Amino acid sequence: MERIIKGKALKYGDNINTDIISPPQYMELSIADAAVHAMRAVDPDFHVKAKDHSIFVAGANLGSGSSRETAPLTLKYLGTEVVIARFFARIFYRNCINLGIPAIECPEADKISEGDALVIDLELGAIENISKNECYRCGKIPAHIFELIEAGGLIGYLHNSVGGR
Amino acid sequence: MGKTMSEKILARAAGKDAASAGDILWVDVDRAMMDDILGPRVEIAEGLKAFGDAVWDADKVVIISDHYTPPASVKQAEIVKFTRDWAAAHNIRNYFEFVGPCHQIMAERGFVSPGSVVLGTDSHTCMGGALGAFATGVGSTEMLGVLVTGKTWLRVPETIRVEWSGELPAGVMAKDLSLKTIGMIGHAGATYKAVEYVGTAISKLPVDERMAIANMAVEMGAKAGLMECDAKTEAFLNGKLAETHRAETSDADAVYCESFDFDAGTLAPMIACPHEVDNVFDVRDVRGTDIDQAYLGSCTGGRLHDLRIAANLVKGRRKADGIRFLVSPASQEIWEAAEKEGVLGVLAEAGAVILAPTCGVCVGLHSGLLGAGERCISSSNRNFIGRMGSKDAEIYLGSPLSVAAAALAGRIADSREYL
Repeated sequence: MERIIKGKALKYGDNINTDIISPPQYMELSIADAAVHAMRAVDPDFHVKAKDHSIFVAGANLGSGSSRETAPLTLKYLGTEVVIARFFARIFYRNCINLGIPAIECPEADKISEGDALVIDLELGAIENISKNECYRCGKIPAHIFELIEAGGLIGYLHNSVGGR
Repeated sequence: MGKTMSEKILARAAGKDAASAGDILWVDVDRAMMDDILGPRVEIAEGLKAFGDAVWDADKVVIISDHYTPPASVKQAEIVKFTRDWAAAHNIRNYFEFVGPCHQIMAERGFVSPGSVVLGTDSHTCMGGALGAFATGVGSTEMLGVLVTGKTWLRVPETIRVEWSGELPAGVMAKDLSLKTIGMIGHAGATYKAVEYVGTAISKLPVDERMAIANMAVEMGAKAGLMECDAKTEAFLNGKLAETHRAETSDADAVYCESFDFDAGTLAPMIACPHEVDNVFDVRDVRGTDIDQAYLGSCTGGRLHDLRIAANLVKGRRKADGIRFLVSPASQEIWEAAEKEGVLGVLAEAGAVILAPTCGVCVGLHSGLLGAGERCISSSNRNFIGRMGSKDAEIYLGSPLSVAAAALAGRIADSREYL
């Protein structure tokens, strides 16, 4: 896992829940087939835009609702490398970490706009907004969670600790 | 210093003498539950192959096909078949299908015991807190980790204490109490925390009703929603549990991060308006809103108590013309009991269509989706945009009584006027 992540942002509001990210009616499809429907209630073009916008930014309570891992799996499939929010719903947060997607709490997430070029330093806990020439402090990822992200997610961590084959 | 239920349960599960909010613990999981939609098919079946393709303890695993039952498409049927075959291939004896939403089955069949740690691949797993368990939802990859090791890491949560004193008036149900709590705390107000429900209004409720409250703890962002085990819990569990339970209670001097006090005696029927569960209003503020569908069912509002009380309200009356009145008992067992008592007959005579016990309607997978511009009142737990079908449909959440009253009126109505 790179400790510095660069990319362009997509920006959404508060309470982007898992029914929005991964609409239940398409969950019987594969992640690839369901991905075109991701976020359709708020941004039907998300699946196109996500390809060259690798940073998913939202306001408060990102990922509320269902435990469905299809939400972060879909984001990952579409090219999302990191998610940023003022704060996360807990199961979504854990799902991101378990899949090796850094989830960063940033009180100033609302200052970020769609298309902004960002440089995120995971270790320092800082976001540089190149487009706006601003810098935001964000929550540092706790050590026990960083270990999981470094291993590429829970499965990588388990391979290291329990030993898979 | 005193400890909360959560601190005690998680300390025991981690093999420690004591734990405090904020501690990160690796805990032993007492019961791991998977459903069809987010169970073996998502990451788990493939991932487990790299770890010997065996679960740590087959008797602690429960698999319940409930979302895609009965299947509405070949794809859904194949997912249920995959889940069934996977359970058999991994010697999971506790496999159930077509018998109703997983949380009800877990409670009914004795898989949730007081003081235990229960994880499930569905966010409403927190319903187990009504029986005094530390029960919470997890994602599929986390479940894979549990299947390999029998453990997961949890941060011991701070606890919000919610006291409901007094007694609910006639026509007001636990669902109203639950919605009021969520409206006050907010849909993210308990994020990363546990909620403990206490007070005379809670202890007077039957276990069926308590489950409707704990079920919705996650709608405040909570990790768990707990109630202490009492004589009613024991009576409910009698003969169901395979093991002796390890019920925990909070100490009198336990530390809470926040406390709320509510008076049940003054509570009115509450309605959560689109598209957030904390968008809660007194029914008198939204009465008269036309509906196209009334849904009585789900793991939140389809238990025997719910069906009985709704049947009492509609008895001898008829649903409004032009609307659908759908009823899904929360389990096969509830279906049979309601049938024996004549409850299903009364509902059917009022114009209700009795559906299979299933998650399908609540989460818009089959059996009653909404089209653009349609409006539904539902006794289920979530009213997010697009959940029951079109993103241009609207979902209002209310008690089983509010659903029954709306079915009769064809619009949102104050159920107390029909008692």
